[in-house]
Amino acid sequence: MKALRRFWNRIAREFRGRHRDSQLSDEFAAHLAMLTEKNLGRGMAPEEARRAAMLTFGGVESATEGYREQRGLVVFDSLWLDVRYALRMLRRNPGFTAIAVLTLALGIGANTALFSVVNGVLLNPLAYPQPGQLVAIYGTSAGYDRGYTSYLNFLDWEHDSKTFDAMVIYRNQDYNYTGPDESERVSGYMISSQFFNALGVTPVIGRTFNRDDDVVGSARVVILGGGLWKRDFGSSPGVIGKTMTLNGVTHTIIGVVPASFRFYGQFRDVYTPIGQFSDPLFRDRRLDLSAHAFGRLKRDVTLAEARADMDGVAQNLAAAYPEADQQVGVSLVPMKEDIVGNVEPFLVVLLAAVGFLLLIACANVANLLLARSIARSREFAIRSALGAGHGRVIRQLLTESVLLAGAGGALGLLLAFWGTRAVLGALPGALPRASEVALDSRVLLFTLAASIFAGLIFGLAPALKTSRVNLQEILKEGGRGVSGARQRLQGIFVIVEVALALVLLAGGGLMIRSLAALWRVDPGFNPSHAITFTLSLPGSRVPGSAGTRARMREFDAKMQAIPGVEAVSTTLGSRPMIHNSTEAFWVEGQPKPANFHDMDQAMFYLVEAGFQQAMGLKLERGRFIQDSDNEHAPVVIDVDDVFVRSFFPKEDPLGKHVHLAGFNVTAEIVGVVGHVKQWGIDTDSSASIQAQFHYPFMQLPEKLMPLAADSVAVVLRTKGDPTAVMGDVRRAVAEIDRRELIYNVFTLNEVVTNSFAARRLSMILLSIFAALALALACVGIYGVISYLVGQRTQEIGVRVALGAQPGDVLRLVLGHGMRMALVGVAIGVAAALVLTRLMANQLFGVSAHDPLTFIGVAVLLLIVAMVACYIPARRAMRVDPMVALRHG
Amino acid sequence: MGEKKDVWQGTLGIMVLKTLDVLGPQHGYGIACRIEQISDNLLSVNHGTLYPVLLKLEQEGAIVSEWGVSENNRKARFYRLTKAGRKELRLEKRHWQRTAEIIARFFAMEGESR
Repeated sequence: MKALRRFWNRIAREFRGRHRDSQLSDEFAAHLAMLTEKNLGRGMAPEEARRAAMLTFGGVESATEGYREQRGLVVFDSLWLDVRYALRMLRRNPGFTAIAVLTLALGIGANTALFSVVNGVLLNPLAYPQPGQLVAIYGTSAGYDRGYTSYLNFLDWEHDSKTFDAMVIYRNQDYNYTGPDESERVSGYMISSQFFNALGVTPVIGRTFNRDDDVVGSARVVILGGGLWKRDFGSSPGVIGKTMTLNGVTHTIIGVVPASFRFYGQFRDVYTPIGQFSDPLFRDRRLDLSAHAFGRLKRDVTLAEARADMDGVAQNLAAAYPEADQQVGVSLVPMKEDIVGNVEPFLVVLLAAVGFLLLIACANVANLLLARSIARSREFAIRSALGAGHGRVIRQLLTESVLLAGAGGALGLLLAFWGTRAVLGALPGALPRASEVALDSRVLLFTLAASIFAGLIFGLAPALKTSRVNLQEILKEGGRGVSGARQRLQGIFVIVEVALALVLLAGGGLMIRSLAALWRVDPGFNPSHAITFTLSLPGSRVPGSAGTRARMREFDAKMQAIPGVEAVSTTLGSRPMIHNSTEAFWVEGQPKPANFHDMDQAMFYLVEAGFQQAMGLKLERGRFIQDSDNEHAPVVIDVDDVFVRSFFPKEDPLGKHVHLAGFNVTAEIVGVVGHVKQWGIDTDSSASIQAQFHYPFMQLPEKLMPLAADSVAVVLRTKGDPTAVMGDVRRAVAEIDRRELIYNVFTLNEVVTNSFAARRLSMILLSIFAALALALACVGIYGVISYLVGQRTQEIGVRVALGAQPGDVLRLVLGHGMRMALVGVAIGVAAALVLTRLMANQLFGVSAHDPLTFIGVAVLLLIVAMVACYIPARRAMRVDPMVALRHG
Repeated sequence: MGEKKDVWQGTLGIMVLKTLDVLGPQHGYGIACRIEQISDNLLSVNHGTLYPVLLKLEQEGAIVSEWGVSENNRKARFYRLTKAGRKELRLEKRHWQRTAEIIARFFAMEGESR
């Protein structure tokens, strides 16, 4: 009770404290005056009386101090003092402060930037209600564990499953939107009616689809994405009920979803009901037409229960439709894992790397502080002698380091802000959910924690060291003699820095070697001087297959007329590293397999005669498809060397025939071309379907020709810079039909690069971190050796006076530095050998223990260390013994 | 803050309370002189150390202070015992008497054993 009252009084008084302080000095003055008067009364001289009064009273300062302590909240009082004092110290040493703050800003900034990425990509839940219940649903078949879904199978899944609140199928479908002024290519999804329901998205205005919209023959309706609504309709609420023409068909707008709505990181312009998609192929249970599915699990249903449920459903379907579904299973993947799963390992490695970087930065600043604390040891000795406790001195030092770290953190936050933006902007598409990366409160909290942690880490060692030294020694020796222990500590810091830097360099080096190895791999086509894009054709003008063919020929002629264009081909089906399409087949002369899934599969490319030259394929035997392989000629194909090895291991494939099941034709093999790394340079060799064949576009069966009516892809080979011809290409296309549009333009080099974008991002960041680590370690060694030379000037002077040659001095200093560097490198190599194994799955064409990389980075580090030592060593060589000794 | 100091503050505090009880409102100088006088100068106290104790008592509500004028027409802060302070003094007095009694018995015991 008493304690409580005292506490409240203390706090109340804290606010009146300053006022009370001045009253206190009045009170003391009165007291002293009375004492003096009394002494005068005893007959003392005035001077004497005053002195005696002071003695009786004791120190005014210590009384004030005791009084303040009693007044309470001293900690805050002294903290404020510490902060003010620390600020003054930091201001007085701008060079030191700048270097320390910059070093920390780099360390903390890199950590903040990466954490904001990890936070946005991995930690933050998907931006839908109860996102944990959302799962991606894949159809599986032999060799494909994340395959597309056929519509009829989906309908049965949706109907038969018991563990889902909602199940959705959707497919990518872009449209030509013919507006009042000009046409525009808009992105879109065909979706089943529960799409927005399942995601928990409500429309801004209007409604979403219901089941009646989602069937063939019902009224054509469309939902707008918020982006298109704003861009083309000025966010007008009157848009509901208006119509828009998509691919020549009039659709009524019934709703608008929020502009912020993203699905798999993508914004879409329009959504149409997938059930209205009337292509007969869509309702073939054996085909999938690139449709994906996802669902929302019922509350309290676990993933394992849902998997068991879907396995049962798939088994029933396999029994009911053996021809189509015998080997079709279902796999469920949590949606978040589906979106970000492949970047998690990269990000974890990078996070570890920036953690190391921060440790190096801390070690560096700790060394700076240590070196400085020597210069300040007299100051601390005096403070201690005047009565400052050890705790007090440590607190003072820690205040300084936390202030430094705070400044570093603030600057680092800025660096992180710009850095994240710059890196993500420079490498679009490298990261899923990249647009969700932001500096939110969790990131700010992380930065704050990292700063305080850093401040304590690098501040503690020097602080403890400083407070433990023997005061008398320091005061006696004029602040020089007691540096042995500190030098040891500095040495340890440098060794740790070098070791950490080596680990980072090894990681960065291995990634660079991997990327180089990837670039060296022949993709099977020539990526330079070639460009690919999609050409969309307005749907309403298509007069059947003949029209489509005529239009493709007209397009080819226009392209060939453009100066600088060497070869052109329209193409569909697979496109290397962009799109995968497979076809089931059996070789003539062998018994026809009972159903689709017993047949062999190959990737197919619909091509024209110019494709071989445009892509830069290697013709190994026979001939490539020619213009004469047209709709009137017998069907021919080229196969790749993998096809030959797999299906004609001992025979000549030329002249052999193959039955193509989906196309329902028999084709003669007329040539063999080189294999293309369809699945990406790094993953192609592990893909389950590798055989490929090239099929003449003009010979595509009538029933499949409508697939080419909407849009086709194009590959162009050019003499010079492929992007330079695009202006002419667009003009030529506009001459054919103003409504035709060109989009998704990529040079083949970009296609190759994008196929390992995440790996490249990881390499670039690791290399940046490794370079920073190298620079910091270099500064660290330089700082310690310079300091050492400064400390040993006298000793060196003596040596020179006794006859040491400059070479001896150089050896002495370099030897000291290189010993530390060597120990650091040895420890670093040992650590890296263990740690790089953790990133083995991210390497390509290089072992995690690649000797070349390890030797390379070790030598690099030693050379840099040598240079860092050499500069102060030269200073040591020039030491004038006379000057050095006199100064002692 | 060592234990010794607390004990010292405690004893000094009792002396202050008793002084104010006997003399009525008094300034710091007066209290210090009185303590010196009663303790027969055996207790040589730095007058400055009195002030934290006065503040502590004031925080506990045992005394209150106000500015006034001393007998020599000097402005000084006068401390006065409160009701709570008087009660506190009674408690402390009993407590000290008992403690002193016990300690005395122990010393007496030591005498017997010799």
